[in-house]
Amino acid sequence: MKARVTVNLKPGVLDPQGRAIHHALEGLGFAQVADVRVGKVIELDVAEGTTEAEVAEMARKLLANSVIENFRVELA
Amino acid sequence: MKTAVIVFPGSNCDRDLMVALESITGIAPHAVWHADTQLPDTLDLIALPGGFSHGDYLRSGAIAARAPIMRDVIAAANRGVRILGVCNGFQVLTETGLLPGALMRNAGLDFVCRDVALEVVNANTPFTNAYAQGEILQIPVAHHDGNYAADEDTLNRLEQQGQVAFRYAEPVNGSARNIAGISNEAGNVLGLMPHPERMIEQAHGGTDGRRLFESLLAELV
Repeated sequence: MKARVTVNLKPGVLDPQGRAIHHALEGLGFAQVADVRVGKVIELDVAEGTTEAEVAEMARKLLANSVIENFRVELA
Repeated sequence: MKTAVIVFPGSNCDRDLMVALESITGIAPHAVWHADTQLPDTLDLIALPGGFSHGDYLRSGAIAARAPIMRDVIAAANRGVRILGVCNGFQVLTETGLLPGALMRNAGLDFVCRDVALEVVNANTPFTNAYAQGEILQIPVAHHDGNYAADEDTLNRLEQQGQVAFRYAEPVNGSARNIAGISNEAGNVLGLMPHPERMIEQAHGGTDGRRLFESLLAELV
């Protein structure tokens, strides 16, 4: 089975990459964009029966840095 | 002074650190591989070098912080052994939680590689006592992820408790409150983005980095 961990910067944490992308979008004429935030998606192939709590533990211990990032776990 | 330098896959300043340590202490440091599980006994200083450990995958320093040897490094830190993290070593220390905050992509997105003006904010630490309070040093930086971030409460606490050891005296990377180096609450762990080991003899263009190592030496004699 698959588990997907989505990691995003916490609100308020400056995201220089998001800002650069925002600038580039503006340069392309997309004036409707108010803000851009960059995160990452980590897909795990895990054993059947793996729980959301177990994947969340992986995120807390390694996949996300709780100082600057939030994460969300989805099982499929 | 008995020292060790931890070597991770992708470390590239380990040799510079070892040369600096040997030139100042007169004793060759131990090089300890990340996959080892035990440090040599009775170390006075453990240094984590600059570089791109594990290719900066996931986050700079994130994988190295979970290396087998780090369990022993964290235990040594908690016993009061001096720990120095330079550049990637600083990133590793924040990832272990030994130092608060995180080092994010430089605000300008560029890799910054040049000498910078660095202010000694606290000359009363085991790593800085050979400097004068407020002294301005010239030390090189070479990093992509040196933009120090922490929440406001943490930043206030760091400043109030004298844990900000070094501050950039010029704009460098967007670091919160221009923080370039911090120590832990107990004062035995220091991380900084600039590279003192690259400024220890005249051939380097200056010797401002030397006194960081001399501070440690003076402290332990």
